[in-house]
Amino acid sequence: MTSEPEHWTFLLGRLGPNAIPNEPIVWVTFAAVALGGVAVLGALTYFRLWGYLWKEWFTSVDHKKIGIMYMILGLIMFMRGFADAIMMRLQQVMAFGGSEGYLNSHHYDQIFTAHGVIMIFFAAMPFVTGIMNYVVPLQIGARDVSFPFLNNFSFWMTASGAVLVMISLFVGEFSPAGWLGYPPVSSFAYSPGVGVDYYIWALQIAGVGTTLSGINLVATIVKMRAPGMSWMKMPVFTWTSLCTNILIVATFPVLTAVLALLSLDRYVGTNFFTNDFGGSPMMYVNLIWIWGHPEVYILILPLFGVFSEVTSTFCGKRLFGYTSMVYATAAIMVLSYIVWLHHFFTMGAGASVNSFFGITTMIIAIPTGAKLFNWLFTMYRGRIRFELPMMWTVAFMLTFTVGGMTGVLLAVPPADFVLHNSLFLIAHFHNVIIGGVVFGTFAAINFWWPKAFGFRLDPFWGKVSFWCWTVGFWFAFMPLYVLGLMGVTRRMRVFDDPSLQIWFAIAGFGALLIAAGIGAMVLQYAVSIINRDKLRVDGDPWDARTLEWSTTSPPPEYNFAFTPVVHDLDAWAEMKKEGVQLPSEGFRPIHMPKNTGTGIILAGIATVCGFALIWHIWWLAAVSFVGMIGTAIFHTFNYNRDYHIPAETVAATEAERIRLAAAGA
Amino acid sequence: MTANDKGGLTARYFDLHEHDHPEGGSTMLGFWIYLMSDCLIFAMLFAAYGVLGGNYAAGPGPKDLFDLKLIALNTAMLLFSSITYGFAMLEMEKNKVGSTQMWLFITLLFGGAFLSIELYEFSHLIHEGAGPQRSAFLSAFFTLVGTHGLHVTFGSIWLITLMVQVARKGLIQSNKRRLMCLSLFWHFLDVIWIGVFTFVYLMGMLR
Amino acid sequence: MRDYLIGFFLSVVLTAIPFWLVMNDVIADKGTTAVIIMVFAAVQVVVHMIYFLHMNGKAEGGWTLMAMLFTILLVVIVLVGSMWVMYHLNTNMMPVHQMPSFG
Repeated sequence: MTSEPEHWTFLLGRLGPNAIPNEPIVWVTFAAVALGGVAVLGALTYFRLWGYLWKEWFTSVDHKKIGIMYMILGLIMFMRGFADAIMMRLQQVMAFGGSEGYLNSHHYDQIFTAHGVIMIFFAAMPFVTGIMNYVVPLQIGARDVSFPFLNNFSFWMTASGAVLVMISLFVGEFSPAGWLGYPPVSSFAYSPGVGVDYYIWALQIAGVGTTLSGINLVATIVKMRAPGMSWMKMPVFTWTSLCTNILIVATFPVLTAVLALLSLDRYVGTNFFTNDFGGSPMMYVNLIWIWGHPEVYILILPLFGVFSEVTSTFCGKRLFGYTSMVYATAAIMVLSYIVWLHHFFTMGAGASVNSFFGITTMIIAIPTGAKLFNWLFTMYRGRIRFELPMMWTVAFMLTFTVGGMTGVLLAVPPADFVLHNSLFLIAHFHNVIIGGVVFGTFAAINFWWPKAFGFRLDPFWGKVSFWCWTVGFWFAFMPLYVLGLMGVTRRMRVFDDPSLQIWFAIAGFGALLIAAGIGAMVLQYAVSIINRDKLRVDGDPWDARTLEWSTTSPPPEYNFAFTPVVHDLDAWAEMKKEGVQLPSEGFRPIHMPKNTGTGIILAGIATVCGFALIWHIWWLAAVSFVGMIGTAIFHTFNYNRDYHIPAETVAATEAERIRLAAAGA
Repeated sequence: MTANDKGGLTARYFDLHEHDHPEGGSTMLGFWIYLMSDCLIFAMLFAAYGVLGGNYAAGPGPKDLFDLKLIALNTAMLLFSSITYGFAMLEMEKNKVGSTQMWLFITLLFGGAFLSIELYEFSHLIHEGAGPQRSAFLSAFFTLVGTHGLHVTFGSIWLITLMVQVARKGLIQSNKRRLMCLSLFWHFLDVIWIGVFTFVYLMGMLR
Repeated sequence: MRDYLIGFFLSVVLTAIPFWLVMNDVIADKGTTAVIIMVFAAVQVVVHMIYFLHMNGKAEGGWTLMAMLFTILLVVIVLVGSMWVMYHLNTNMMPVHQMPSFG
């Protein structure tokens, strides 16, 4: 690099031939990705799908399509994150008895960092945002979210962050500093490469999207509910979504600020988290966990809502303890803000601080426990139908409870001094995140897929996936509890003690079972899409209780021809009981927002800007930043953003629905 | 099927005479929520200043650096810009394009004056060797005050954009809504500045 | 018009007094001065909220006020919590001469 002429440095910053990693594993991956990518792009061109994708999906402001795109993004990134997991498992099984395994330490560090970052920010977050985006407006009887353009923009900003993470795989490197990037290891002095910069800018760009979608959904739930839907008549999933989005709005700015300070340290040479000139790395840990703890509740709360809907639907009765469920959710929302220190009990705070945060942490178990009992009492004497969503819910209850209890163990500061940073901790949070967030996402996909596409998912492959996942989970993570209790710490690459190897082998076997579960899941989707005509369903395949099931599957663009009026909790169940007929005449034109390409263009420029900042290509960063501001301003000069769907179109769509319903589809 | 509807059930469960939702009905609430999230960004910067603000690293402290007369002048600029923005809003409610634009322009001038004074202060400090790299205290100081200044800068760009839009389209409903959003933003920056001059400048001089 | 003028007048007064207190060392005890100017700042924030931002319990069905109160709660948690935690960490982990212990 040093020998390069000055003007190349100006043009390309740090980017040069040595940006391509010297790793055969990466080359093979790159070849596979490139071939696959070319195949996909070629197919899209061959079948002339670009125009369709651009017009109907990429520029769409329809919350349903955006929700589906979030889920696709989440699934793709989930595969990537899982590939990292398999690589770690393989390394840890191999690296015994003097063997170095197959990954060098720098590569291994990047893999565990990428696994954490991708799974939290680019798999779990798109999953929960996608589910909320799809379901919430339907559930509250609205036609779209409050700010449809922002919704599209938010999605593309999240995708932009994901793109940067994927680029880091082949151009340069990813952060080796762990998923939260603690300084001083993430400081410029110790990580001068581009890895940490990829990490920072991917999260900053995606964070803009997350914050905006949080604002959007809060405003939607507050302002767009159907007439008559007072707070205590709101479906539980909408409640948990509201609390989640309030948490997003209240915590993602914290992450933005902390990462901004870290990037100032790296780019400008300030001294926030340095070791000298008065900086304090401990301050970073303190600040980032103020975001980090509420984040885990951002992930789990919407899934609590999913489990509530699934339980009451498949037990055929109203949710037990609706009011306590609402208060428990609100309590968790506030409490999640005063427990952050339990992530660093061992950093050296005194007994008073540690016991305060230990006690607040244990208190959170109370509302969570109340929720579990509510689900159990809903099941008690219900007519339970063990369809796939219900199976995932039961698996969640068993798994999550174990994870919750090990969490309470870790909340005891003296115990934490033993278990801190060990594989016990890893087992604990995978226990709650996989048992809660991942199982919940699968329950949600199986539950709402018929709504989104008009046909059910194949139950056979769904059950294969279910059993591989649940059994695989226990095989993969129970050994980590054992290893953690024996004192094995996290993020280790090689081991000396041969007696540990068997536990890693069991864990590796579990990971393989999970891989089979993921394979079965992909097969399930494929088989269902191929057999979609046999699996067709009407608007309400599960005999469910909330408003999204009162419209067709898939719902028309405008969701509801007439806005429903709510008189009771479980509005659709009540309408069915009363034998309410859907109106079949007197349709009116419906006011809808227009599609716009501004969101994807802005996010595209943001990706370029991020890439330029990562590689210190200053001119490009400046140009793209100005371009972004300019595009945003230009967009505000467009006042013509909405249109009316004519009454005749609505009437024709609804007539088709009535015809299909009469045909018994 | 409305024909054989028993007892007007359909009318009870569906809004059959719905009108379009007023456009932008959620905007003010949404923007307010955004401001609250922005407020938390500032909270983090205040926290960083609160924790690191005493770490001078054997470098200059507030007493060596701050010129309260300059800060008082700066505060006055921001306060004036607030009241002039208020006047613009009052004129807007009376639908007077010309005087609205005039008050907006005066607001812009005060905003520009504020930024100029701040830039002068920053360049003076950096010139004296008290730049953001000198100590954690100065890092936190420059970041907190600079972030506020950056907000004022973007507010000014936004203000110019809106003046162009008002000139082109007049005081139509969506322009009024945008002016109201910017009004919230502008006054919100005032509130942040109260925190800045109290905690950073005045309390700094008391250390 | 009246609202803005009252607000402006109040904020000028509430700004001028703290500046005057600090610039002229009016009160000998610095702690007292600090408390007084903090109170002034708090009052001025409320003045701005009422007269410039037109906050009240009715706008948007009380949601703006709710959102603000929740934000204030979080700001207090973040500020006080960070100071408390970091004070402990600084004292325990970066000892200059001796290590005091916290009970």
